[in-house]
Amino acid sequence: MRILSWFYLALIFGFIFLPVVVLVLFSFQDSRLPIPPFDGPTLKWYVNVIGDRDLMAALANSLIVSLISAAVALTLGFLAAQGLSRIHLPGSVAMRGLMIAPMTVSYLIIALGLLNVFNSIGIRPSLWTTGIGHVVINLPLCFAIIFAAMGDHQKNAERAARDLGASDMHVMFLVTAPMLMPALLAAYFLSVTFSWDEFIIAYLLTRFDVTLPVEIWSMLRSGLSPATNAIGSLVFLVSVALLFLLEFTVFRKQKT
Amino acid sequence: MSIEKTEKIRAFGFVVPALLWTVAFFVIPFAVMVVLSLAHLEGRDVVQTFDLGNYVRIFSEPSLVKGIVVSLEITFVVTIVSVLLAWPLAWIIAMQVPKKWQRLAIMLAVLPFWTSYVVRSYSWALVLGENGVVMQTLIGIGILDEPIQIMATRTATIIGFVHFFVMLLTLTIYSNLVQLSPNYARAAQDLGASIWNTMRLVIVPLTLPGIMTGAFLTFVLCIGDYITPQILGGGNELTMPQLIMLQLGRRGDFPMASALSIVLMCIVTLAYFASARWLKMERV
Repeated sequence: MRILSWFYLALIFGFIFLPVVVLVLFSFQDSRLPIPPFDGPTLKWYVNVIGDRDLMAALANSLIVSLISAAVALTLGFLAAQGLSRIHLPGSVAMRGLMIAPMTVSYLIIALGLLNVFNSIGIRPSLWTTGIGHVVINLPLCFAIIFAAMGDHQKNAERAARDLGASDMHVMFLVTAPMLMPALLAAYFLSVTFSWDEFIIAYLLTRFDVTLPVEIWSMLRSGLSPATNAIGSLVFLVSVALLFLLEFTVFRKQKT
Repeated sequence: MSIEKTEKIRAFGFVVPALLWTVAFFVIPFAVMVVLSLAHLEGRDVVQTFDLGNYVRIFSEPSLVKGIVVSLEITFVVTIVSVLLAWPLAWIIAMQVPKKWQRLAIMLAVLPFWTSYVVRSYSWALVLGENGVVMQTLIGIGILDEPIQIMATRTATIIGFVHFFVMLLTLTIYSNLVQLSPNYARAAQDLGASIWNTMRLVIVPLTLPGIMTGAFLTFVLCIGDYITPQILGGGNELTMPQLIMLQLGRRGDFPMASALSIVLMCIVTLAYFASARWLKMERV
């Protein structure tokens, strides 16, 4: 059983890592095609990619859109969770359902819906419209994560603070938000990740200023190139570095 | 006004911004899409009519019917293969890997999640291409004489999808498995069940919520994805999202694209009702 387990583990990890290994390895390829035989290593494609103005502009756009849209989604989601958990309103269940609904709809459909509306009222595609779309997909996620993290001890602490004379704002910033910090961070980072990596909404709702996935997509049109490997590897390494940083700082603290 | 009532109004005030956002940018676009799906194209102009012409076409025009069939076939195969590959992986990590290494093992198992989605499909195109690593290796060790075509076929799409969803399903099944008490397996074995029967009759049924949650997510994400079939499958067999994008791009046929989207949404809703009784999102 043990040997069989390790064998399966090796096989499936091989499958899972195969494309990543090939991606990173051939980003160091010397010739113009990222296919075997490997004839590197060279860093010229990285130099090439970092010097590419369009690509770097797209990267900056992606950062801006993801950081801001995630912040908006987090704020809206936090407020809504706060309102819906505190007191039972008429129609609470329906409101919760409505908030969660976009999660079950394909991004393509959300993008097409927004495109229809923006077209008909004459709003041109831009990073703003993309940001709006990204808030739509991340709001349910933020709401669900934060709502699930709000428990009874939360409510008791808030009530105690209010009884002791704290204002609503004080309760929210000094009691609720710190108690929910792990959930808030998780919701924010997940939202940033989803927005950062999102393709179809950004593809349909941007035109001249594009995000990174859309720019990479247009690189693919001109065929295989180690430059695509280089930008892909770069993004991967940065994400993994961030992931490990979070794992060993924020989420490590939360457990102790 | 009673205190109770002012409290309620205040709580509602917190919910309003998120509700407004959802209504403005989700509910209204959806309503517009439904109305638009009843319109049709004359030349390059959209003429608003209220008939089911687009829907009739979707279910009668061979190329569109084929899109639905291809999408469903790919999605079913991907979901089933992914579950079959992910379950043993999740089980090995949960049961055979020492406790203190488990978190690391899971992080490693989903590490390629962190490559960008577009780049991941591109990497598979590199791997599976005619001169790619797989073909070169198979020819090198003498299994094949010449490369066989995988790229731009359904197989490539399925491999790309399975790679992504194995990671997703491993997560949902693993988090289900670690919540199970080891006593279930012990009890079954004390009562004389073989390892195989313990698995089949006790452990697997107990992980159904994890399996079904992951399978539902797989179904939804897979059937709605445009990138993977477009990069890996090519243009020979179009899936529904590819057809939708084709309507938008080539012809600017927004009514038809809307109608196709609504059909796609109905399929997802059916899948939800089919799996609803096992879905316990909060347990995963």
